[in-house]
Amino acid sequence: MADFLNTGAGMALIIVAQTLAVVAFVMVSLLFLVYGDRKIWAAVQMRRGPNVVGVFGLLQTVADALKYVVKEVVVPAGADKTVFMLAPLTSFVLALIAWAVIPFNDTWVLADINVAILYVFAISSLEVYGVIMGGWASNSKYPFLGSLRSAAQMISYEVSIGLIIIGVILSTGSLNFGDIVQAQEGSLGFFNWYWLPHFPMVFLFFISCLAETNRPPFDLPEAESELVAGYQVEYSSTPFLLFMAGEYIAIFLMCALISLLFFGGWLSPIPFLPDGPLWMVGKMAFFFFLFAMVKAIVPRYRYDQLMRLGWKVFLPFSLVWVVFVAFAAKFDWFWGIYARWDLIG
Amino acid sequence: MSVLTIAFYAFAISTIAGGLFTVIGRNPVHSVLWLILAFLSSAGLFVTLGAEFVAMLLIIVYVGAVAVLFLFVVMMLDVDFAELKAEMAKYVPIALLIGTVLLMQLALAFGAWEYGDGALERVAARQGDQQNTAALGLLIYDKYIMLFQLSGLILLVAMIGAIVLTLRHRQDIKRQDVVAQMMRDPAKAMELKDIKSGQGL
Repeated sequence: MADFLNTGAGMALIIVAQTLAVVAFVMVSLLFLVYGDRKIWAAVQMRRGPNVVGVFGLLQTVADALKYVVKEVVVPAGADKTVFMLAPLTSFVLALIAWAVIPFNDTWVLADINVAILYVFAISSLEVYGVIMGGWASNSKYPFLGSLRSAAQMISYEVSIGLIIIGVILSTGSLNFGDIVQAQEGSLGFFNWYWLPHFPMVFLFFISCLAETNRPPFDLPEAESELVAGYQVEYSSTPFLLFMAGEYIAIFLMCALISLLFFGGWLSPIPFLPDGPLWMVGKMAFFFFLFAMVKAIVPRYRYDQLMRLGWKVFLPFSLVWVVFVAFAAKFDWFWGIYARWDLIG
Repeated sequence: MSVLTIAFYAFAISTIAGGLFTVIGRNPVHSVLWLILAFLSSAGLFVTLGAEFVAMLLIIVYVGAVAVLFLFVVMMLDVDFAELKAEMAKYVPIALLIGTVLLMQLALAFGAWEYGDGALERVAARQGDQQNTAALGLLIYDKYIMLFQLSGLILLVAMIGAIVLTLRHRQDIKRQDVVAQMMRDPAKAMELKDIKSGQGL
């Protein structure tokens, strides 16, 4: 057995198995995230939410997915068929492949590459294409307007996400997620993590993630009151399901990013408890809860407010913060909490 | 054949196919999408060369930003394809000329090119076993800081120039005054009711 696993075919088999494990984790989480999202939303609005299919309605998402799959795929008459079908595939596949570099524990990572964070950033900047292609290929006004809005919004907030990530990279001295988490390790547990030195950026990053993933209060691409359902208007059945799944996977990825960058990934918050992947999954679930609560509580932004926030508030603030972190790290201000270059191997 | 070789040929073929369909595509939007494929495959080629940092930058800058702008412009333009075709015939000679020059340059680079004496010594050496990112950072920000800053300055001037050329501040339209909106007093604009939890309205 060990001999076989060392051959080319064996290693390929291991990689396929690992990939399947990550995809299975993401897809199963997806089922319960959609359910959890609806339940939390319902609880805030004093409704009961999904409660019919399965115990406590736990299988509601499975039923929904099945229903989407067996429905007819409607392609509008004037649509560009190839691009129309390519768009949902793009957004789903791109949302999934970003998980290749997300670690769940020390060395529990599919691809331990040294530009991991840039890879995630590159993939999330590609995700805009699913939206643009979908809106354009539908050959209809509302989807097109929705996709233009969405694209402009995603590009705007990517800028501040990138600058915030640069601050974290400056503190760590590496682009690898393993190193970033390792740099947050210390005897103080919770207080060693990056949320403390990069405190204001945690909020900026969270809000930028909301905008980047088109979540309420920034769900303007599909603002029902103005655009019916944005770029997804003409989509039905499985293509729609792919868009929806891609969106939720992207949100979950952002939760993973927040936990890795600012909240120590798999590190335990209490120093004497063991670290482990359960902490990572727990943190991701917690941040998803925050995403859901924001969706339930905060009213939708106006589009000009959204753009103003992105370019005139977040961008200058995160730019100033990069300069500040650079000085603090170089000259060891604040007992050296900004420069953790010694901690990584 | 190793995996790397297979990856190289796969990326090379899709780069060339992407470039080819960019040129011969009838629909401009399809052309831009093919161009994006070409960018992505050339990023893959960079990865096979071991230049992963450059590959990621290529995707972030070209595909994530530049190609989005292309796509925006192409989608919004109301292009008359028949007229475009007629125009094309006019520019074919110039295009052929540029193409020939480029092809000859490539042929020179592959065929008759020779390094001058001492050219290889001027190549910046890599210190120790640094990662690509760190090595590039040291080169750009330490050794060639002046050139880097100058090129940044040129880009800044170009950006400001583009903004100045297109900026038109219209006075005859209504604008949102965000500060005034934020300074509004909620007490004057709405009424709050205290509702017990669990009972609803």
